[in-house]
Amino acid sequence: MLSRVADSIYWLNRYIERAENVARFVDVNLNLMLDLPSGVTQQWRPLVITTGDLALFEERYGEATADNVIHFLTFDLDYPNSILSCLHAARENARSIREIISSEMWEEVNTFYHLVKEASEQNSHNIFHKLFFHVKFASHRFAGVMDATMSHNEGWHFGQMGRLLERADKTDRILDVKYFILLPSAKWVGSPLDRIQWIALLKSTSAYEMYRKAQHRIVPSGVAEFLILNREFPRSINFCLQETERCLHQITGTSKGSWCNSAERALGKLCSKLGYTTIEDVFEVGLHQFLDRLQSEMNDVDAKISETFFSNYTMSSEPLESEETQTMTQVMVS
Amino acid sequence: MKLDGYDPENFFDELFEDVGKPRPFAKRSIDLMQHLEPGELQRYQEAAQIALFKLGVTFNVYSDDRGIEKVFPFDIIPRLVSARDWQYLEGGLKQRIAALNLFLNDIYNDRKIVKDGIVPEHIIESAPGFLKPCVGLQPPTGVWCHITGTDLVRDRDGQWYVLEDNLRVPSGISYVLENRRVMKSAFPGVFQTLAVQPVDDYPSHLLETLLGLAPPQLAQPNVVVLTPGIYNSAYYEHSFLAQQMGVELVEGRDLVVLDGYLQMRTTKGPRRVDVIYRRLDDNFLDPKEFRPDSLLGVPGLMEVYRAGRVALANAPGTGVADDKVVYAFVPEMIRYYLDEDPILPNVPTYLCWRDKDREHVLQNLETLVVKSANEAGGYGMLVGTQSTPEERESFAEKILANPRNYIAQPTICLSRVPTLVENNEVAGRHVDLRPYILHRGDDIYVQPGGLTRVALKEGSLVVNSSQGGGSKDTWVLVDS
Repeated sequence: MLSRVADSIYWLNRYIERAENVARFVDVNLNLMLDLPSGVTQQWRPLVITTGDLALFEERYGEATADNVIHFLTFDLDYPNSILSCLHAARENARSIREIISSEMWEEVNTFYHLVKEASEQNSHNIFHKLFFHVKFASHRFAGVMDATMSHNEGWHFGQMGRLLERADKTDRILDVKYFILLPSAKWVGSPLDRIQWIALLKSTSAYEMYRKAQHRIVPSGVAEFLILNREFPRSINFCLQETERCLHQITGTSKGSWCNSAERALGKLCSKLGYTTIEDVFEVGLHQFLDRLQSEMNDVDAKISETFFSNYTMSSEPLESEETQTMTQVMVS
Repeated sequence: MKLDGYDPENFFDELFEDVGKPRPFAKRSIDLMQHLEPGELQRYQEAAQIALFKLGVTFNVYSDDRGIEKVFPFDIIPRLVSARDWQYLEGGLKQRIAALNLFLNDIYNDRKIVKDGIVPEHIIESAPGFLKPCVGLQPPTGVWCHITGTDLVRDRDGQWYVLEDNLRVPSGISYVLENRRVMKSAFPGVFQTLAVQPVDDYPSHLLETLLGLAPPQLAQPNVVVLTPGIYNSAYYEHSFLAQQMGVELVEGRDLVVLDGYLQMRTTKGPRRVDVIYRRLDDNFLDPKEFRPDSLLGVPGLMEVYRAGRVALANAPGTGVADDKVVYAFVPEMIRYYLDEDPILPNVPTYLCWRDKDREHVLQNLETLVVKSANEAGGYGMLVGTQSTPEERESFAEKILANPRNYIAQPTICLSRVPTLVENNEVAGRHVDLRPYILHRGDDIYVQPGGLTRVALKEGSLVVNSSQGGGSKDTWVLVDS
């Protein structure tokens, strides 16, 4: 298939998944803040830190109040990773490959975009819980429609890879939010408040119920293990990366365990490493440090995929300006 | 539906010959629509509009970069064409396209028509659509204008005229197909009862036309549609046609010239392209030969084309015949190349570079329509009857400064069709008709019907989508 088309379907899915996860992201913080004991100040800055765009935020908004942060992450069209910007980009990508995807998929993306766009035009504070719920659901619906109406061909696999890599990256970051959220003091570690925060985190990744079935008791190492290493839960990083690898091998036709390009090699290495890691290994490195490194390794896989399959079109012998702009917007992982 | 008292007034109405009196051929269709409950038509219209928006059957407005799409307004009351009228139009269009194609081939090669003194050389040389790099070219099967969308209008007395030929990259066919789809779901009963010529097989005809341009030894020629991209006003159509034909939709940046062939960049390396249905203007096709600042085309494309290693539809250079001065010579071309009398007349046209014509135009600006020879979309024109003295003054100056660039025509009072307007009322609105014609070398195909554009503003004669126009489904009826 055309390199540009593969690139667009990959990013269409990444952007939809990103919009969903930003909604999860903000939602978890909204919930956490509701559970704070009275007198403790709300913390919104950690959320911005984990996006990696703190400098941009401070330059534009200054103080990290709830309103500022929520607006920045939800509706700010000048911030390329806000929910609205993601959907705008998803829709542009979908439009450029309309004849490749099913018309049902296009309709979902179109409706999804209009849903958030209309919400952004209302000036109300009470819409967010409902909006985030709708955003998550619209994203699921898109994935379902794509699964059920598009041939599971090369393009579909590129789309899956985009979605799964994005999800892995965002699960990583959501887990990292907890690292940055400060408890009032050290003696709160292991307190009911601490536990409530871990529960909120599980809920924000729709993992609470599945976690309970697998591990019962809520302890930090258990939550981290579930979200990083579990092989069955569809939002765990390990699950997402193994599935990405499967899609990649479907595209190239090479068998698992071998490789024919740099993307397969990088992803294969990462998957085997993660496959043989225990939660003790993770804590030995330090949770935050581990998550941070994992993020850059996933970024590297993304870069290798782009280099192997899409650069056919981005790196022409005579580069055109318009192409560069498009690439810059899309290679905005952190 | 309130058609009983419908008054065609002092116009040629396509459906009614007198107050409340349908034309005989249209009577059954109108009876069927009469049976609808009041308000039902309105509901169908709204449902149709929503369906079109959801499908994204939209055109883009250049000035606005977010929320860029608008739905082309759609009117639910169809425009009918009688079997007899259609037979006449079909014959006239085939004749005209055949002559125009011979003309294009002639002026880029032998120029017999110039040597024989029918068309002056300076007119051709000064037409902006005339492309020097195409001189001496012989496109495959001898066809230059594979796809044409001729604009037809009808005057107060019911006489048909050709207004424009549109030989470059005519758009609008996707509306024809989508409008019909919407109408079928709104009025299934009507289509069961009436014999209306189907339009759905246009994509198959188009694909056949394109496949016919590939070298015969290729078992599976690679046909693509080339689009300027998602910001082009007709992007929906490009994507729609590619999808309907099952071929790739490519942008210039997807294509590259490698080893003397045109190739597209795929995830598995370069793949050869044999036929391009290009929806990109001539000037943007190849920055090496035409506009050097074009980012939309493919550097080196013309060289591959000239070597016969890729076919282009339409061939570059057809724009010369879209020049309104050249248009004026089409009846002469028909006589010259085909030795036949023209079936479909031109609108009488005054050419301002002729002294006598110019004098007449300057003295009659108030009653004439003056047009720039190379602008489209309803721009660059003066409608004399609706102009101010200042506007006429300024146009007179323009004409004197560059007489070659101006033509004038009498005001045609476009025919009307009943149209749903505010408050569920039905009123007459002016229309034109754009049939689509495919030239395959040995055969010319005219799609039955075409795009009916309607000026939705009361009294307006401008049907362009950029200026408040909408569209209607066009039913070519079959004689029972």
